[in-house]
Amino acid sequence: MYKIVQKKSLNPTVTQMMIEAPLVAKKAKPGQFIILRVDADGERIPLTVAGVDTWAGTVKIIFQIVGATTKKLDAKSEGEYISDFVGPLGVPTKTDGIKKVCIVGGGVGCAIALPVAQAFHCLGADVTSIIGFRNKDLLILEDDFNVCSDKLIVMTDDGSYARHGNVTVPLKEMLDAGEKFDMIITIGPLIMMKFVTLTAKPYGVPVTVSMNPIMIDGTGMCGGCRLTLNRDGERITKFACVDGPDFNGYEVDFDEAMSRGRMYGDFERHAYEKTCNLFKKA
Amino acid sequence: MAIQIKKHEMPTQAPEVRAHNFNEVALGYSLEIAVEEAKRCLNCPKKPCVEGCPVNIDIPGFISKIKEGDFEGAYNVITGSSSLPAVCGRVCPQETQCESKCTMGIKFEPVGIGRLERFVADYHNENVKDAPQKPAANGHKVAIVGSGPSGLTCAGDLAKKGYKVTVFEALHTAGGVLVYGIPEFRLPKSIVAKEVDTLKQLGVDIECNVVIGKTLTIDELFDMGYEAVFIGSGAGLPNFMNIPGESFKGVYSANEYLTRSNLMKAYNDSDTPVMKGGRVAVVGGGNVAMDAARTAVRLGADKVYIVYRRSIDELPARAEEVEHAMAEGIEFHLLCNPTEILGYKNENDPRDPKNGFVTGMRCVKMQLGEPDASGRRRPIEIKGSDFTLDVDTVVMAIGTSPNPLIKNTTKGLEVNRRGGIVVNEDGLTSREQVYAGGDAVTGAATVISAMGAGKLAAQSIDKALNA
Repeated sequence: MYKIVQKKSLNPTVTQMMIEAPLVAKKAKPGQFIILRVDADGERIPLTVAGVDTWAGTVKIIFQIVGATTKKLDAKSEGEYISDFVGPLGVPTKTDGIKKVCIVGGGVGCAIALPVAQAFHCLGADVTSIIGFRNKDLLILEDDFNVCSDKLIVMTDDGSYARHGNVTVPLKEMLDAGEKFDMIITIGPLIMMKFVTLTAKPYGVPVTVSMNPIMIDGTGMCGGCRLTLNRDGERITKFACVDGPDFNGYEVDFDEAMSRGRMYGDFERHAYEKTCNLFKKA
Repeated sequence: MAIQIKKHEMPTQAPEVRAHNFNEVALGYSLEIAVEEAKRCLNCPKKPCVEGCPVNIDIPGFISKIKEGDFEGAYNVITGSSSLPAVCGRVCPQETQCESKCTMGIKFEPVGIGRLERFVADYHNENVKDAPQKPAANGHKVAIVGSGPSGLTCAGDLAKKGYKVTVFEALHTAGGVLVYGIPEFRLPKSIVAKEVDTLKQLGVDIECNVVIGKTLTIDELFDMGYEAVFIGSGAGLPNFMNIPGESFKGVYSANEYLTRSNLMKAYNDSDTPVMKGGRVAVVGGGNVAMDAARTAVRLGADKVYIVYRRSIDELPARAEEVEHAMAEGIEFHLLCNPTEILGYKNENDPRDPKNGFVTGMRCVKMQLGEPDASGRRRPIEIKGSDFTLDVDTVVMAIGTSPNPLIKNTTKGLEVNRRGGIVVNEDGLTSREQVYAGGDAVTGAATVISAMGAGKLAAQSIDKALNA
């Protein structure tokens, strides 16, 4: 059992927790993920590590309440326990040789983008962060990004806060203005990562994307997290859990990944409603 | 009394009943049948059956005890050599091991050794509640990676000798392939849990949710004071055919399909989904393919096919599993190989929710040519024999490749061309005091061969540490 030592609501749909897991805290690096189960017979869900406190032996997770499992997790209070928490899984984000980086985060993906931005900041790289949200109410972590970014641009889809528009708008402006990034790292919804990659393409800037497919074990056993890369005219199958979650954006077949992500749409809706009703009765 | 020339039949659930439930298919011998079957053993002096057993159980020894009605005595004989009798009695391929050597089998049917082993283990589990005696500690610490059949065997053998053993398991439940792979109807999870409990009573610690190679490395285990490490981490990454369409929704690896149903209990209305119903094709002809196909039947599929590129004589699955599958209405497309998986695409509406789901599988018929390197006749495509199988779910059960996590984080650990860990005749790897066995070494094989490897490693570790 793993203790929830701290819980904080970042906005109405996004919650942050610190989970006591000393072995994971000792090892986890930005870009890696964990898998948790809330209770016995619960689903195993992957969440990217949003930070660690090595000294306290705790791991920070930030999640959006979107399905039955995240709903159940959100219903847990500080001091309560979840049944399983395993990691760190996946390969950490590569930082070698990158002096100037642009981090593009979208929605709850910003929670994962933050430790990556912090890591580059600590390594002395020049960090530009672009973070986008649907609206003002969903904004998270602006202050944290401010601290570790040399330049921060906040965008909202509806213009209810900061600049109006998609994250690709300021990215294109900067690239047009001749900004030379060694790497663009984008973390967020698949559709956003796809368009960030397309925006960067004409400028020849390398793009790393963080994939978050459906997975079960997370250790290279089930193969559910497979995705296809287009490399040198060949289609290659990779497993996000052991080969990723970071991939070269230019190689990823985003349309296929988006389609696979919707595999259990009906089931999830049903499970979510069932869970909501459960809480209503309680 | 005349010799009973046939094995006593195993009582089973009727096919039309069991196809709708996940309860165990084989029900086990009654006490009376077990004693009668035991009497068929000639107690011949050469004991060829013992040689046929990868863990060398004293088979005539335990069968003699059954004849005498001393079932607990029989249990003690078996557990002298095997840590998981209730498991082996159910999933070992006895027909190619002990029973294939049985003297009775020369003229008649061999003694039902597997069925008797299962009877003894079940009798013990039902009637004996005393915890096993915890052996005196010998002061040595050993770490085991993986709680599948090889790891549990190695752990059990060492614990019985007084070693302090810790088993590290990546998943949330101990048992490895015994819980995520082999379905409930063939090996009830309560049986595995019971065997794991017995090991815990012997003093074995089981740490779930620890991925060796990630959470801790092999080198860190030595830093923590473990004097030897056994790697039994299993097979790993599932193979696909590399044909078009394998990413359509509804295409599973057997590992994923079975894990969703078994470990995550998708059959039991848990939070983990799996595609149920419809028409299912399972590609492959091994025991895993049979498990996946029979699981599909029980999940409510309208029609289930096995698609295998060789003929019925080459099917690698146990004969018993194939018979069960056929009795449950699974249709075999033999000498048949998939060439493409077809998916739905609405050209006019990219948002159509049906887009990307499997609609069928293109296959080509095969014929057998000359024997290949494996000694089996090589299947060759028959030109122009393509046809489409109308299915919504495809399960690929065509083997696995070794998992890279431990190899990538352990300096000096030698692996072969296919990624399997290289070991010598003692089960020792290229690293001092690091042993390995099971699928991590051999690639996908049987539960009992993994147990044999775990047993060998336990003997080698004992020799090395207690010298």
